[in-house]
Formats: sequence, structure tokens, C-alpha cells
Amino acid sequence: MNDTFASIVFFASPLVFAAVGETISEKAGVVNLSMEGLVALSAVIGFMAATVTGNVIVGFLAGMGIGATMAAIVAVSSIELGLNQIAVGFILALLGVALSSFLGDPYVGREGHGVPHLAIAGLSKIPFIGPVFFNQDLMVYGSYVAAIAATFFMFRSRRGLEMQGVGERPEAAFARGIAVNRMRYVYTILGGALAGIGGAAFSLDVKLGWQNGLTQNYGWIALAIVIFGGWNPARAAIGAYVFGALQIIALKMQPHVPSLSQVLGLTPFVVMILILVVIYLPTFRRAADRHPVVRRIFAGDPPSALGTVFRRE
Amino acid sequence: MALELRDIHKSFGDTRANDGVTLTLESGAIHGLLGENGAGKSTLMKILSGYIGADSGEIVLDGTPLRLSAPRDAIRAGIGMLHQDPLVFLPFTALDNLLLGAPAASAKDRKGARAELGRARERFGFALDPDATVRGLTVGERQQLEITRLLWLGARILILDEPTTGISADQRTTLFEALRSLASEGMTVIFVSHKLEEVEDICADVAVMRRGRVVGTSAMPCPSDRLVQMMFGKVLVEAEPPAVEPGEVVLRLEDVTVADRGLATTDLTASVRASEVIGLAGLEGSGQRTFLRACAGLVHPEHGRILLGDRDMTGRGLEAFLAAGVHYMPAGRLEEGLVSGLTIAEHVALVTGNGRFGIDWKQATDEADRRIERFSIRGSASSPADALSGGNQQRLLLALMPPDVRLLLMEHPTRGLDIESADWVWTQLMERRRQGTAIVFASADLDELLRYSDRILVFFSGRVLRTLDARGTSGEELGALIGGKEAVA
Amino acid sequence: MNTAEAARRIGTRLTTSLIPILLALAVVVGLLAAVGAPPFTALGYVWSGAMGGSSQVGDTLMAWVPLTLAGEGLVITFAAGLWNIGIEGQIVMGAIAATWVARIGPDMPFVMLLLMFLAGAAGGALWALLAGVLKTKGRVNEIFGGLGLDFVAAGLAVYLIIGPWKREGIASTSGTEIFRPSANLPVVGTTRLSLVAVAVAIASVVLVWLLMRGTMFGLRLKAVGRNPASARLMGIRTDRYLLGAFGLCGVLAGIAGTIQVAGVWHKLVPSVSGGYGFLAILVALLAAFRALRVPPIALFFAIASVGSAQLTLLLYLNSAIGGVLQAVVVLFVILAGGWQLRRLSKRRSAAAAEAGAPATVAELQASGPAAPVETSGTTGV
Repeated sequence: MNDTFASIVFFASPLVFAAVGETISEKAGVVNLSMEGLVALSAVIGFMAATVTGNVIVGFLAGMGIGATMAAIVAVSSIELGLNQIAVGFILALLGVALSSFLGDPYVGREGHGVPHLAIAGLSKIPFIGPVFFNQDLMVYGSYVAAIAATFFMFRSRRGLEMQGVGERPEAAFARGIAVNRMRYVYTILGGALAGIGGAAFSLDVKLGWQNGLTQNYGWIALAIVIFGGWNPARAAIGAYVFGALQIIALKMQPHVPSLSQVLGLTPFVVMILILVVIYLPTFRRAADRHPVVRRIFAGDPPSALGTVFRRE
Repeated sequence: MALELRDIHKSFGDTRANDGVTLTLESGAIHGLLGENGAGKSTLMKILSGYIGADSGEIVLDGTPLRLSAPRDAIRAGIGMLHQDPLVFLPFTALDNLLLGAPAASAKDRKGARAELGRARERFGFALDPDATVRGLTVGERQQLEITRLLWLGARILILDEPTTGISADQRTTLFEALRSLASEGMTVIFVSHKLEEVEDICADVAVMRRGRVVGTSAMPCPSDRLVQMMFGKVLVEAEPPAVEPGEVVLRLEDVTVADRGLATTDLTASVRASEVIGLAGLEGSGQRTFLRACAGLVHPEHGRILLGDRDMTGRGLEAFLAAGVHYMPAGRLEEGLVSGLTIAEHVALVTGNGRFGIDWKQATDEADRRIERFSIRGSASSPADALSGGNQQRLLLALMPPDVRLLLMEHPTRGLDIESADWVWTQLMERRRQGTAIVFASADLDELLRYSDRILVFFSGRVLRTLDARGTSGEELGALIGGKEAVA
Repeated sequence: MNTAEAARRIGTRLTTSLIPILLALAVVVGLLAAVGAPPFTALGYVWSGAMGGSSQVGDTLMAWVPLTLAGEGLVITFAAGLWNIGIEGQIVMGAIAATWVARIGPDMPFVMLLLMFLAGAAGGALWALLAGVLKTKGRVNEIFGGLGLDFVAAGLAVYLIIGPWKREGIASTSGTEIFRPSANLPVVGTTRLSLVAVAVAIASVVLVWLLMRGTMFGLRLKAVGRNPASARLMGIRTDRYLLGAFGLCGVLAGIAGTIQVAGVWHKLVPSVSGGYGFLAILVALLAAFRALRVPPIALFFAIASVGSAQLTLLLYLNSAIGGVLQAVVVLFVILAGGWQLRRLSKRRSAAAAEAGAPATVAELQASGPAAPVETSGTTGV
């Protein structure tokens, strides 16, 4: 049983990076819809870099670089050129997927590196928690750090407060002397870099190698998880684990309904989006508002200025 | 110690919001800045706080010229502005709002902020719960929070833009006491308002703006009629005699209460007859817009009845009102009236529906050309609406009005228009009136209200304060009433 | 218009379309060189693979058909300000509905195909309306609602293929049983080209062009997409028009799906949409949402898609280079458009300060409708 939970955590970790990264970007007011392509391309480039240099760290750095670059394109086209973030993000999503197939082709089937496994002394001995969370590898620990640090930064630090302000009401942030667009650049690129780590983790850790479609639909689901998490990094991480659990359930069901194994692979994506649709239906929201506990779990409004452009008159 | 504004210019497109403003303000006093809506007060104050950049001009504080390229520079210079709609963050707590943007110096931390809120409570009676979410605070409390924040950041010059809009009488008393106490400590307070009574109440002197310029300054007290005259210009109006006798009752409101976007407008009772022109006077946000929107079926009364002719329309939707011959022209010409990117011909086709399914573009273009000529619109059938000037946009809106309007509801029919366009608009409207259309319009222009209305409803804080016969009313009387001063009238 | 003005216009055209396209080609050439392939030979193969013979032209046109149909559908939804990402699922649902008819319908020529087209159109429309209802009634943003419905449609297709509609004896994702002859579109000679399919696509171009240009529906839709508040005050019921846009787009997508099963695969396969829905979004973006610009751009996309498949056979390269070319072209054209717009608006605001000229840049808006990105995008007044 512990193994099952441990593998949920393990397999969901790249998504944690991606969802936390996108949360940061959106919290500052920029939608980076390119996630699907960003994750695929950083998976390929990360794998290529690690294979060529023989160093897995270089692989992750390359993935970060790709993620940051794609996020920067979204940021520049929105902030400098006033282009629609959705349009640019969507184009980049398709571009990233196509590029990943093309560039990754010679690397299909090559053996990957992996990240060193490291049970954390002490913590890994805690019943249940230990084997599930603290008998993992460094990438997984990195995802905890990303989610926890992002949560603390966002909700407990001054800079994080400013970042939320920029996404919530840029004109008010500006009136308080904050350089709105500079902040948006910083957080969009930072979020892209984090998502790039997630992409690299797919090919360097979760699966040891690259194949076409390795990350298929994970970028889209990362975007959905951001909403599921109510723009809170910690809750986004939980959303990633819920998705991971759905995947494991689907996997475990396969021997029982072998005829449907292909469908089961898709069901987690379907179920995740359906959950999302349901929790945003007005009837559900009204019902949830009456129950404080439910409200706390599902609360979460998008940053008010999400997707808009700010300019000083 | 003085703040000087020298020859400030600022244009938005073809509107000159500030047209050479020069003003000197001494410290240790509350200075009033009076003017009607659109006079350029807010623009000037936003420039002073670094929120927008001036096209030209100079701001000098204690003999040193300031370079204000962003609010950050103004904050450093000790200038703090409370915007008309307080620029607070609704989902955050009061404490977080205080902290957001404060320099990360040692004393400006959570503890310091909490202590500051405590001090504000003792000093000014601002009872703010540091951990309450700002969304739950009233406008008055949001202002108190912003004032506390600005003082905490070390503001020595405090700008308040229309601070009394939407706050309670008690909050206003608290606010005024706080301002007096701050001024007595040597602070410069700039009180921007269009409410005479308040300026008379707390300001040591006043500068009056009109059409982007300072048209006069005076020490207080100063006679109300003089201020009114400066605000609105010489109001020497011969009301136009009614060309036609009013006909049957077109619109009747019976004790209607409406809530629209948070503002409740209560006890509306009125009746409008065919060929009558009713002016709605009052400060922006006093209930005129809600009145018009209710009469157009866009908001539904919580109480009371709305009748068109004999038909009870209470609770009916926009479509029913449109079908009954009601036409609503809101103030935002490009926001709620026209569609950016669509041409004049396309607009004409939209409203005339020259075919049930298909569009005869030849006919639509010809019709557009006819209307362009008739309404003297500077543009062609293929000009997009957003390429027209404000005056021509208003002409287009008039040109798009259906022929058989029984009740025309308008907001600011001539706002932002040059005199020629404004006169022309009213010629058209008077023609409509002769044909039997009843017109209800909201305006901030006293001259316009007095010249064209038969009757004027004066709105104040969501109520009709007084119904006047336009012909027996002077500009001074009306100006005072708008400012909430019943005594003068 | 004087000569200087004309020259400036041509210059604008160059910077906003020709230069980005050349740059995109340069990127692709660079990529090909980077993986050690002879770039120009490869591009030559792409061309010959798509246009080199009647069979190739047939394949290219059969890719052009769904791209055009879906692209025209998206012209309608974009006009209403909607991001119909659910179009992939709408194509799949059209294919599923058509397959259902192909399985149970009367084995009669023409009648069978007619019923398949009707069913396909209905299937696509149903799926699109679902996204529309979620948006107008549930305030669920159409991007995520559509994405979810894409997943559901894909899952349903796979389920049907390996479940209820599996081939005799074997459950495999390679597809259902091949259709009976009456359910297949007639082809020209030995090619895969179906003239019916091409005719349907051309008809869609003409119809959408007429719809957007010459009907009250199209005009009102534009008004709703550009300014819902003004449209509402003109008495237009905005929600109905949004649903109408979804429905019409779904019809075209469903027909595209029908052609995919009846003209290309002759059975239902899991990847029946061929990714043409998402690609068509790029087509529509590049076409700046104009109906008549869709067919040539779709042809370019079809050539890139079909031709690049040759690279796998001839040069052992991954055929995704075609997708790279498509996306890079669109990206560069849009970035160039934004850059041009920025320069213009800067110049105009400088001019406005002197002469008081109003700034209008609507003509050059390459960024598309400002879709609401929050999950609870409101649409009415």
C-alpha cells in the first residue's frame, strides 16, 4: 500500500513543478497557455543535454532554460506587443510539441540517466509518511521544495504579497510604487523555468528516456490543476497528487478490465477536467458557499487581472 | 513650505484634460479643488502623485523640482493620493493592504503595520480590524485604510479625490476631523470635490477648475454663488419655451427602489409625458444612472412599479422595453453604444436590419450615406466607429436611433463635445421632442439642464432631493442643490 | 492614395507577412541543418511529397478539406470572441456519429452517405453546444470546457473501437471494421481524392464568407464578439448568438469528422481527428479570422503536413518538422503584427499629441478576440 502511495507521489512530481510554475505566472497576471509544448520541449531538450554531457544536472538546467525561454516569449508578446496571451500560448503549445517530436527523434529509445535515490534519514522512518514522502529521489524532494517555498513566498513574504498585488490589481500595485511589468517578467519566466524542471523530470527521472508523446496531455492537465488548486501552489500540488492517484487507480484497474485498458489511460484526464467543470458550476459554488469547510477546500478565484495588459497612461 | 504646479498640460487623444494648470499650495492647510465632473481635477492629482505622466509642466516642492516618472517617486517625495475608488486589494486583509508596497525597511513590517492600525484607531477613530478582508469593508473604511497607509509611508502632502462619495455621514465626520488634525500638524491636504458644502466646511482656500484650467482661487469662506459661477461659468440661461404641449403620460415610476452594483436608489416616483424633457441633475453616482437603467429594463426594481403608458413593465427585460419604444443611450459611447471595429454602414445595418436574414449592403451603404449627410457625421460609410471623434460618435448614435422612440433615455448627451456639436445634438433632440418623444437625460452641465429641461430631478445620495421647474430656477440654486445644500435654495 | 502612402502600405505588408514567413523558413532550414539533413533537399521532398503527383495532390487535398472546414468553423466562433479549443472533440464526435450510421444505416448508395453527413454534423454540433451551454449557463470558460470535452470524445472513440465496435475477434486500437462500400466517399481514379469532400469544403468557405459578410446573423455575431455590452443594448440576445456560433462551428467540425471516416480512413480510428482541429486554430489565427483567407493558408498547412511525412521515408527524419514550420510561421507573423501595431500606435500617439488625431488600429489587430481567461468568464451585460 505504501508503495502505491509512494509511486503516486513520484509520478506526480513533474506535474507538481509544472502546476506550481504556472500558478506563479498566473498569480502575477500572465497566463502561460504554452504548458503542453513547454513540458514536451523541456523534456526532450533536458534529455538531450543530459545525454550529450552525461550529466543529469545539465539536463535539468537545460529544461529550465527552455521553460524560461518559452515563458519569456509569452511575456514579451503580451507586455511589449500587447498580443493576446491565449493566442501566443496556444501557438507555442503546438510549436513545442512539434519541435519535441522532431528534435527528440534521434534520441528515442536511448537509455536515460535517472536521479539519485535518497531516503532521508529519520524522516523516512515515520510510519506511512516516511516511506511515501521521504523515501524518494532528489527530484521529488525538489518538487516539495518548489511547492512549499512558492506557497510561503506567495502568502508569507512581502515580495509574494506584491506579486499577488500585481496579478490582482496592477493599477493599485503601480500606485504603491511597484514596477508592475518588471514583476510580471520575473514571475512569468520563473514559473516557466519551474515548469521546465517538471518537463525535464519526465524524461530524466519518471521515465528514463524519451519517446514520442511521452508528456502528451500533461501540459494541459497542469493548466487545469492550477485552477483546481485555486491559484495556491500547495493546493496545486495536492491537485497533482489527486491526478496521480486517478492514474494509479486506472492502472490498477487494467488487469480487471483488460479490454478497456486503452480507455483507462485517458480517464484520469477526463475525470480531472470534469471535477474542474463541476466545482466551477454556479450551483456547486452556491452549495459550497453554505458549508464553510467545503468552501475552504474549493475556494479560489482567479487573480482579477489575469490575462490583461497594464500600461501607464 | 509650498507645493507649486507650473503650467501642467495633459491630453488624452484629442481631449485636453489639463490645459496649462498653475497652482501654489501652502502647507499646514486643507486646500479645496473644486470643479464639475470632467474639469480635469483627477487628472491633475494623478499627475501630482506620479500615477500618470504630464505632457509638459513642472512640479516644485519647497523650491526643488520633482521628477515624477512613477508613483514611487511621489511616495519618496512625501506625496500620497487617495483615489476616488480607493486602490485597495479586495481579497487581501487590511494588514496586507497596508504592507503591500511599503519599503522593506525594518520598521515597516507586520508588527509595525499592526501598531500603525492601532495608532490610527486612537488618533482618528479609524476602527479597522487588521485581519479583516478588505472586500468586506465599506468604501469609507477602505479610505481610512488608505489614509492610514499613506501616513505610515510618510506622506506630507495628502491628496483626497472625491473622498466623500459613497461614505456614510459618520464616516465623513470622522474623515473631516482627521483631516483638520493633520492640517494643524503642518500637513498639506488637497481636498478634491465637487460638493460645495464640504469645501465650505473644511477648506482654508479653494481653487476652481473648469475645462482643464484653474479659473479662479479664493480664500474661504467665499459666497456660494461665486463658487458656483466659477464652477459652471456664467449661467445665463433663457429656457427654451416648450414648443408643444406635453401629451399623455409615457412613463410612470411608483415608489421604486432599485439596487444597481451596490448602490441603492430609493423612493423614485415620477411621471413623464410625451414631448416632455426631464433633466436628471446630481453628482456622479447619486442615482441618475440607476434611474435610467431601471427605466430601460436593465435593472429590476426591488420595490414599486414601473409603467410605460398603462402597461406595467415591472420586472420585464430589456427586449420588452425596446419593443415598447424605449431607447437608452449610455454615456460610454464606445463602451456601451457603438461597436469598435464595425463601420458606420455595419452599424446602420445592425439597427435597421434591412433584411431578415441577408444584408443588402448597397442599401445599407446608401442608408449610411444618407444618415451621414443628415447628421453631418465627418466620416464615410466605411469608417470604423472607433475612428470617429467623440462628437461624430455621438452624431452616429443619434443617427442610429430608431424612428419611433416614445421614451428616450440619455446619459450626458453632450459630454466632451465642442459647442457646435452640442448645439447640433440638442437641435436634433428638440426635433424628436416636437414629434412626441419624451426625453429623460442625465447631465452634469447646469447650463444644459436649465436650458433644455421642462423639469429637473435633483439626485443626492440615491434619492430625488427635489423636483424643480426648470423655468423658475437659477444656476446658483441648482448648483447648490446638487452639492446637497438645500438651505440656499 | 499617393505613391508614398502606397509604398508605405507595401512596406507594412512586407514586414508583417513576408519577412516573418522567410524567417520561419530560415528557422526550419537551420533545424534541418542542425540534425544533419540537407535542408533544401528536404524542403524539395516536402514539396514533391505533397504536390509531386496526382496521388500526392489527392492526399494533400484530403488534408486540406478538414483543415478548411474546421478553419471556417473557427472563423465563426472567433468572430463571437470564443476560443473553441473543443473543436478537436467536435471533429471526433462527428466521426463517431458518422461511424454509427455507417454501421447500422441502410446499405444504399447516396442515402447512406447523406445520413452519415447529417449524423456527423449533428454529432459535432451537439458537442459544440455542450461547450456553449457550459459557458453561457455554467460560466465555465470555453477553453477548459472544450479541453475536457476533447478528452471525453477521444476516450469515447477509443472505448468504442476496443469495446462495442471492436473488430470480429480482436480488440485493437487499429480501428473498427472497414465500412461497407456504400459508406465510403467515391474517389478519383487511384488517388484518395474525393471530389465530394472538396466540394463540401469549398461550399463551407462560400457559406461562411456569405454568413459573415452578408447576413444579419454574421453581423450581430461580430457585434457580440467585439462588444457584448453594446450588442446587448441593441437588443441582441448575446447568449443565443454565442450558442449559435458554437453550433455552426460544431456542424462544420462534425462534417470534417465525417469526411475523415468516410473519405480517409474508411473506419473509425483513435486518431481520427488527425490533430486538424488544433491546427485549424493556427490556420484561423493566421487568416486573421477572414473566411476567404482560410483556404490558401489551409493549403499551405496541408502541404507542410502531408509533404513532411515523406521525410520519414526518404531521409529518416521526423515528420513533425511540418508542424514546426506551421507553428513558427504563425508565431512570427503574429509577433510581427504586434510589433507593427506597437510602432503604429507609438507613432500615432506622438502625432495625436500634436495634431489630435484619434488612434485607430483595429484594422491591424492580429491578436484575435480578447477572450476572457478567467474560469468564470461572463458574457452578457
